Amino acid sequence: MDAFISSYVWPAVIMIGQSLLLLVALLLFVAYILLADRKIWAAVQLRRGPNVVGPWGLFQSFADLLKFVFKEPVIPATANKAIFLLAPLVSVTLALATWAVIPLNENWVIANINVGILYVFAISSLEVYGIIMGGWASNSKYPFLGALRSAAQMVSYEVSIGFVIVTVLLCVGSLNLTDIVNSQRDGIGTMIGLPGSFLDWHWLALFPMFVIFFISALAETNRPPFDLPEAESELVAGFMVEYGSTPYMMFMLGEYAAICLMCALTTILFLGGWLPPIDFWLFNWVPGIVWFILKAGFVFFMFAMVKAFVPRYRYDQLMRLGWKVFLPISLAMVVIVAFVLKLTGWTA
Amino acid sequence: MGLQALFFYLFAFVAVASAFMVIAAKNPVYSVLFLIVTFFNAAGLFLLTGAEFLAMILLVVYVGAVAVLFLFVVMMLDVDFAALRSGIIEHAPVGALVGLVLAVELIVVIGGSTLSPEIATHAAHPIPPISERTNTAALGDVLYTNYVYFFQIAGLVLLVAMIGAIVLTLRHRENIKRQDISVQVARTPETAVEVIKVKPGQGL
Repeated sequence: MDAFISSYVWPAVIMIGQSLLLLVALLLFVAYILLADRKIWAAVQLRRGPNVVGPWGLFQSFADLLKFVFKEPVIPATANKAIFLLAPLVSVTLALATWAVIPLNENWVIANINVGILYVFAISSLEVYGIIMGGWASNSKYPFLGALRSAAQMVSYEVSIGFVIVTVLLCVGSLNLTDIVNSQRDGIGTMIGLPGSFLDWHWLALFPMFVIFFISALAETNRPPFDLPEAESELVAGFMVEYGSTPYMMFMLGEYAAICLMCALTTILFLGGWLPPIDFWLFNWVPGIVWFILKAGFVFFMFAMVKAFVPRYRYDQLMRLGWKVFLPISLAMVVIVAFVLKLTGWTA
Repeated sequence: MGLQALFFYLFAFVAVASAFMVIAAKNPVYSVLFLIVTFFNAAGLFLLTGAEFLAMILLVVYVGAVAVLFLFVVMMLDVDFAALRSGIIEHAPVGALVGLVLAVELIVVIGGSTLSPEIATHAAHPIPPISERTNTAALGDVLYTNYVYFFQIAGLVLLVAMIGAIVLTLRHRENIKRQDISVQVARTPETAVEVIKVKPGQGL
């Protein structure tokens, strides 16, 4: 019995505790990411943004949460009820499930699995189901059109994201996310004799891939300028037209959790995860999690600025960008990086 | 070991039950969704045997891409599934035959490895135990080193199939407006704007 408790019950309790802690932290983070998104957007347009609830509008997201929860959920009469309610659940569950393998600091990860990056890729490729199911189950024209658009869009950009990940993996030689971060301790900077710095991270060595990954991440998370699945000027609100109250909030939560995930993934793959920007005693003393959050926050700031600056793409332009520009470039980069690594012997 | 057996039975039961529902469900969209559940549980079974790479690839390829396409088609097509279903008795013998062939093959494979367990060691390139080499690396060795030509041929077959599908469905329409991005980007004010002095009262 003691053996049972020590080998099954304790690990389970610890894992559940860690998961809950991460979830709570993540949800708080999502609440403020949402607020930041609106504030940045407002600042670009010389507005104030939400500023009424709490000091500087800091509690706006919580007010929105209460509003959504207390509203009556309306399910259209001709909708397919089971799938209609399942869709937002699928969306939010998958978006949160990916966080299990994201290392926030050295050894700060719930499941340190060997194929971590593949797990993230697999789960984020499933996120399209929430949208397709929601669009189809609503049994209405605009949601259906939005769902079809998003299915084609997300599948297209997954291809280039996949190749970008492959180039990073070629440089690292491991599918483990912790190994990917640690491999960025040496790079171009240390090669030319500088001490460890931000020049070692993959963003410099694989700069074209960094740009492609960033843009593909925008498309993958249905962010502007690629928010065609919910293009309000053409499709009202796309796949979310028929949703209200809590199910709608779950879609939003799933969307923003996925955005946070893409920011974290960009940080891990290209911006050195929790590594300090310069190998300096003061910077080394700052806990890694702070660097991680700062970097992910910077990536999110770029996400928000793109939303504020760039007008929405037309659908055929979006498809052209994905298949005729990003796919050939990333495919060529896989071959080039492989050859360079092989010929120079830099392989990990 | 008990926990692993528990998870095995859970995944296996859900996989079999949802595989049954794929053919039993009335609505084809439900069928595809149950198919996805089946894939998911199959991935869980792979994970239990330590084949983590295969599990993830199953998710990426089948659930993330193939099943999306299925769902796409099933939702878009307005097929009368009641009419399709009416001939179920006539087609049953063919289905049964295919099922029988599959069952015999399965029995041969499983029976072979049960009767002579040492058969796995006779493989031309046995896969090293997990403790020595992760199965991602082991699969890479087998695919890209030992069997690289077969792998290349398989890729070529897929490429030909892809080009064939594109050629069959490509329909180049004349007389429609097309956008040439490079031409648009290369435009300068000199080529795009013409300044004309208009005399008052005369127009152009």
